[in-house]
Amino acid sequence: MALKRKSKEIKWHRKHLLGLRELSAEEITYILDTAEGFEQISTRAVKKAPPLRGKVVVNLFFEDSTRTRNSFSLAANRLSADIIEFTKKTSSVSKGESLLDTARNLEALGIDIVVVRHNAGGAPKFLSRNINACVVNAGDGFCEHPTQGLLDTYTIRKIKGTLEGLKIAIVGDIAHSRVARSDMWAMTKLGAEIIFVGPPTLMPPQVRQLPVKVSYSLDEVIEKVDVINMLRIQFERLGGNPFPSIREYSHYFGLTVERMKRAKPDILVMHPGPINRGLEIESEVADGRNSVILEQVTNGLAVRMAVLFLVNQAAAQQK
Amino acid sequence: MSSELLIKNGRVIDPANGIDKKCDVLIVDEKIAEVGKVDKPVQTVIDAAGKLVVPGLIDIHVHFREPGDEEEETIASGSAAALAAGFTSVVCMPNTNPVIENETDVEYIHRKGRQTRKTHVYTMGAITKGLQGVELAEMGFMAEAGAVGFTDDGRGVQDAAVMLRALKYAAMFDVVVAQHCQAENFTGNGVMNSGYYSTILGLPGIDPLAEEMILWRDIQLIKKAEVRYHVQHISTAGSVELIRAAKKDSLPITCEVAPHHLLLTEQCCAEYDTNYKVNPPLRTEKDVEALKQAIAEGLIDALATDHAPHLQSEKELEFLTAPFGIASLECALGLYVKALIEPGILDWPGLIRLMAEKPAKIIGVDKGTLGRGKQADVTIIDPNAEYEIDVNTFRSKSRNCPYHGWKVKGKVETTIVGGEIRFESKSR
Amino acid sequence: MKVILDSGQIEQVLNELRDRILSETPVEQDIAVIGIRSRGEVLAQRLSGQLSQKLGKDVPCGTLDITLYRDDLNSPHVTTQPLVRTTEIGFDVDDKIIILVDDVLYTGRSARAAMDALIDLGRPKAIRLAVLVERAGREFPIQADYAGYKADTSPGTLVQVNLVESDGKDEVVIE
Repeated sequence: MALKRKSKEIKWHRKHLLGLRELSAEEITYILDTAEGFEQISTRAVKKAPPLRGKVVVNLFFEDSTRTRNSFSLAANRLSADIIEFTKKTSSVSKGESLLDTARNLEALGIDIVVVRHNAGGAPKFLSRNINACVVNAGDGFCEHPTQGLLDTYTIRKIKGTLEGLKIAIVGDIAHSRVARSDMWAMTKLGAEIIFVGPPTLMPPQVRQLPVKVSYSLDEVIEKVDVINMLRIQFERLGGNPFPSIREYSHYFGLTVERMKRAKPDILVMHPGPINRGLEIESEVADGRNSVILEQVTNGLAVRMAVLFLVNQAAAQQK
Repeated sequence: MSSELLIKNGRVIDPANGIDKKCDVLIVDEKIAEVGKVDKPVQTVIDAAGKLVVPGLIDIHVHFREPGDEEEETIASGSAAALAAGFTSVVCMPNTNPVIENETDVEYIHRKGRQTRKTHVYTMGAITKGLQGVELAEMGFMAEAGAVGFTDDGRGVQDAAVMLRALKYAAMFDVVVAQHCQAENFTGNGVMNSGYYSTILGLPGIDPLAEEMILWRDIQLIKKAEVRYHVQHISTAGSVELIRAAKKDSLPITCEVAPHHLLLTEQCCAEYDTNYKVNPPLRTEKDVEALKQAIAEGLIDALATDHAPHLQSEKELEFLTAPFGIASLECALGLYVKALIEPGILDWPGLIRLMAEKPAKIIGVDKGTLGRGKQADVTIIDPNAEYEIDVNTFRSKSRNCPYHGWKVKGKVETTIVGGEIRFESKSR
Repeated sequence: MKVILDSGQIEQVLNELRDRILSETPVEQDIAVIGIRSRGEVLAQRLSGQLSQKLGKDVPCGTLDITLYRDDLNSPHVTTQPLVRTTEIGFDVDDKIIILVDDVLYTGRSARAAMDALIDLGRPKAIRLAVLVERAGREFPIQADYAGYKADTSPGTLVQVNLVESDGKDEVVIE
């Protein structure tokens, strides 16, 4: 058959990608299907295609990031866009130029797409209300990281064929994790069952109202799941002292070779990176045969190309 | 020659004197001369048929930002807004820049208020120097200068020992000590209620316990001091329970509720609109219901706006970064009508009691009634006039009001301060 | 609606195309067939099968998605939503004669996009364009090397190619 797309023929109309909570299952599938078409660009002789030729993408990053920023830069480059890098560390008390001032200034330069990472949840939504350019969320506070959620979902779908019926554990600092939230929205919408695993001190308020199961024991969960996504312990976000020591955390929640022995043989081991070897995941597991950590990075590029392409298309059609 | 003003045929509501009847109010030389049937000819007559004639409303919790942030609000703009909203007295909070923490600061506020000639302008002084929660401010001198109470509002006094010292010391001066109940180590950098919405919005939350644990602590402390204690803007069902128990024990405790905690919930923050960012934060439906129930039961002593004006440029920020506060002084009456009268929680005398009589008692001023010989602060209200709240018509300098576009009932027709008509609505 | 080619006629046109390709391509030259999504893909598969049979060697077949190379992507007047699909070309295009296959040659814009897309994959020895139906209305200086049926149509009409693999039935109709 000529048509291999899994999605129904829906109309994509979003010129912003702010989060996965607001997307339907059809829209998520549509992005994933579109991303498949972008995968080959990275493997061929000329790693570039023209759809964003003459467009300007700004990487507006208010938080440290190497991976996501590089991935977006490369994605934009491969689609022939011009790219401006704007990196600035802010604190919530800094009295300098506001986010809005910065964005309006950039817009005055004639930008088309803003890729924004910010420490404040909702910052991309706020921008999208106030500027004309397309806004793509590259991570906002601990709200969402939609392209990470999409690439995680894409990676699982590519290997397992479907998300339907899969059991997926997300392990670690759920409270401060935008990845956990975006994964949860995307994967549950596509029919997977999500289990948040971590100490109660790292669970968000009212976690029981979310469409997930919660477990405080990785040992109980490890045997049951098809996918395990090990979140990075982000020391910069941990307030106070949510667990007594790294050693104790690793003891209960680290993905060790020992624990892996009890996992399903075809379990997928994921990690949004960068990994703290020996802390949330042992090196042998991170580099082992079940690990798809590097595939995630590769797939991220295709997903981000698809997202940039789609928001630009929606904007073009709304002109 | 004496000046005379007669308000005829209104429904006169004076809860302090148990009055709710159609009659006239005669004002002679700045004072209430007569409430009843008055037939003598006078210079000025206001026909108040179909209107409510009530003691001037009192808002015991406003932020007029002067000195320091006059771009947001001034005593002149704030009291003009208050006057148009039927208030004849307001109490400014001391968290200005600099903080109101000595007698000179208090006198400055009073002078600005007198010069403006709108409402009476009172102020509370800081409990601790610089609101730092460490050293007591000069409460005695401030009380002598006319401060009507003390608070570190914007923050709460964190250290229990400091708070106990403040409560004991203040007992010398017969003033109220007011507290913004919030445990900062528990609040962290929270910006909204801690719960389902903070989780899905990815914003740090403020647990209801942050309010309740300080309130509980202070209730224990006031047992050791002989002072009137007032809880500002309570927001949770748990706080209501604590107040209920404390009042049952006959402790000298009073409390106030702000309109947003009666009308809005955490769900309003879902679109990251910073006009809903307020401290204490908007809570859940259950908390709103508990507060309304508390009002119905008479557990709440005052309605106070916590009018907190901010510039548009300050509110046009990320939810995490924008300042806390809602500017609602100018539409307060309509909001209370919507929250309390329309659902039948209060009748008009009940509302006026919480907006005039009892607030006056909390701050210890001889106001809030139409008793003979009292200073003539009178507000005339059209209870049925409906209007749409439009922030662009505000006399306040700020527009950070989430009620823009709401339709409310209850419009102030005339505000009389000290016998002088200082506000008349254009529709008259 | 008018049927201009039925299933038998389509087969006949494809056979003619095959024979002309064979007659003009040196035997020792590597050739491959690449179809433009989506109808061109089906035609390319049929053609490559036939060529393989006649030549007695494998003639690789691939599918090209040209969406990213369309020239109306940033136009507000784009009529259909651009739908990106995969390009599946599992062989090296370098130094091969590439038979680029599409169902209908009309404005020439798809062929232009396809050539740009192909060149980003490598450097073929030559690209030859084969189409089932050719109609008037070229907007670009592009002509087919192997044109099947020449349809005499006016600008407003739609030439629709239906194929068994994708549409359940072989026929070309004018609407």
